[in-house]
Amino acid sequence: MPRAAEFATAAARRDIRDRWLLSAPALLIIFFAAIGPLFIVLLYSFMVKGDYGDVKFWQFTSDAWISVLFERDLFDDTVSFADAHLSVLWRSVKLSAATTLLCLVFGFPTAYFIATRPERQRDVWILLVTIPFWTNLLIRTFAVQELIRNEGIVNSFLQWIGLIDQPIQMMFTEFAVMVGMVYVFLPLMVLPIYASMEKLDFRLVEAGYDLYAGRLQVLRRVILPLVRPGIVAGSILVFIPALGAYVTPRLLGGGKSLMLGTLIELQFGQGRNWPLGAALSITLMAIVMAALLFYVRTVSRGGNRNG
Amino acid sequence: MSAGQIAIEAKGVTKIFQGGGHDAVRALDNVSLTIRENEFFTLLGPSGCGKTTLLRLIAGFEFPNEGEILLYGSDIAPLPPYRRPVNTVFQNYALFPHMTVEQNIGFGLEMLGKPKAEVAARVSDMLRLVRMEELRKRRTSQISGGQQQRVALARALAPSPKVLLLDEPLSALDYKLRKDMQIELKRLQHETGITFIFVTHDQEEALTMSDRIAVMSKGRILQTGSPRQIYDHPAERFVANFIGETNFLEGRVLGTKAGKADIELDAGAVISAGLPDGFVPAGRVTVVIRPEHATIIRDVKSGTIRATLDNIVYFGTDTHYHLKPSCGGDFIVRHQNRSAGEAGFERGMEVGLRFEDDAAQVLRD
Repeated sequence: MPRAAEFATAAARRDIRDRWLLSAPALLIIFFAAIGPLFIVLLYSFMVKGDYGDVKFWQFTSDAWISVLFERDLFDDTVSFADAHLSVLWRSVKLSAATTLLCLVFGFPTAYFIATRPERQRDVWILLVTIPFWTNLLIRTFAVQELIRNEGIVNSFLQWIGLIDQPIQMMFTEFAVMVGMVYVFLPLMVLPIYASMEKLDFRLVEAGYDLYAGRLQVLRRVILPLVRPGIVAGSILVFIPALGAYVTPRLLGGGKSLMLGTLIELQFGQGRNWPLGAALSITLMAIVMAALLFYVRTVSRGGNRNG
Repeated sequence: MSAGQIAIEAKGVTKIFQGGGHDAVRALDNVSLTIRENEFFTLLGPSGCGKTTLLRLIAGFEFPNEGEILLYGSDIAPLPPYRRPVNTVFQNYALFPHMTVEQNIGFGLEMLGKPKAEVAARVSDMLRLVRMEELRKRRTSQISGGQQQRVALARALAPSPKVLLLDEPLSALDYKLRKDMQIELKRLQHETGITFIFVTHDQEEALTMSDRIAVMSKGRILQTGSPRQIYDHPAERFVANFIGETNFLEGRVLGTKAGKADIELDAGAVISAGLPDGFVPAGRVTVVIRPEHATIIRDVKSGTIRATLDNIVYFGTDTHYHLKPSCGGDFIVRHQNRSAGEAGFERGMEVGLRFEDDAAQVLRD
């Protein structure tokens, strides 16, 4: 039946055309908002820096990339290893990982609590979790400052009940940065875990109990493996923005607890070294991608072992 | 059925679910029952009658407000579900989707802390028992509904529970598969010798599989007995109606003796009818007669009562005759079809209705 075949190919062709048409807006956005700018950043990282910021166009050099890890001596031009950037990088990774872990520790029970409420109450709880999002990040960070600064609420209270004589220095420490980041990113951990948990069939939990698994074993052998996608998503959603966080470390960490975000900002501002800023940005991206790959692989391998 | 040891005993169990506001639901109302060892015991009733609640109380997922449940004589109230030697086959199987068939079956034994070799051996035995050896490495999402059912059975049987609870396990299967699984379940019960408590709303399933049946309605047990007792001698209107097709006839009690009553039917005749245990009827009563326990005959005079043939429906294995008795109401008679061909009855015919001995049963209400 040649006619039927013709119709089929025509329909298939129309189908492909429609698909391109429908995905065109998304493709345009991805190209102009993601791939394009990224390419510009990459290009800038290989150019000579301008004297007052910006770059000297079409003058290529790898100076910026070298200075990510090395230092060029002012007098004899020798290149030697420098750990200044590396230590900022390490602090960023360390604090972000710790933040992710703390968010998980607080976020998982929260999500479990919400998911086990009666259906009508759940939306209210979710709303409460997202309330901090309604306020500007800057304001929230100042609020944290108000809590932990030397004359802040926590120190005043501890002094008032006589637990301490001198205020505890919390501001401008890594601790302060972590407190701020956990506070800001916690909803990003709770929401995806809740989404997985809500889909969890609680009859499976009953089946676990029925088959002689105690509370901990049900958690470890039944609940955790089944909400793993939510945990993975939540960890990624917290870890990535934490790694590049700028406002929180800047306001709570000060100059001592410098993180990558602040370092990059410095290059585009006071440092007037756009190529270095671009190179650091690309480095950050590379770290994020490497960390993601590593994480997703270990987690999915763990899934096979336990599952 | 030999009177074995008592496996489960419920004494005056009441379960109240607090609804929203002040409307509390009495899911179980003073329920008492005894289930013997090795018995295939069925809780039968429409949805919402409390049968699943009773099962969940035995499993330990809910706790009774009043009364107690004894397992081999000891109260199981203080035991959480994971300490009760009782396993459940859930309605939708509740197989762990992140585990293979093998891992599902071995889960209970593993949680009991059995050595690996023992678990593996037992899992192999179970796979053989439910004929699933080839699919042992599959994920539970990669097998069919009937196969999932068998895995769920194997998983619940693997730890050798004292009592196996089955919560409408066949309801998700299609007709043919359900028939196969009914036979399979009976075989498994026979081979393992474990007490089965089976919950269903399917009266046919209950009749074909059970040693004894408890018919439930609105949180109460209406009647307990063998399938034959329940079917032939229903004690209440609900039981008679819920199980099989039934005819109801009204009449008046003339006298009782030795578990039987002489009833003068409104249609005129006097018949002898069975009585529910310990029931002394008086005045007006209703008797039930199953459609296959009555025959229609051409000779109107030698029938017990007379009736007009209203409709004839052919069912393949048998034919249903819809009758209008002279006293009013409806009456259905079921005749098995013979190879000889049609019986020669026609619509509108005046016929006689004759009841078999002991066919009639007085209802309590």
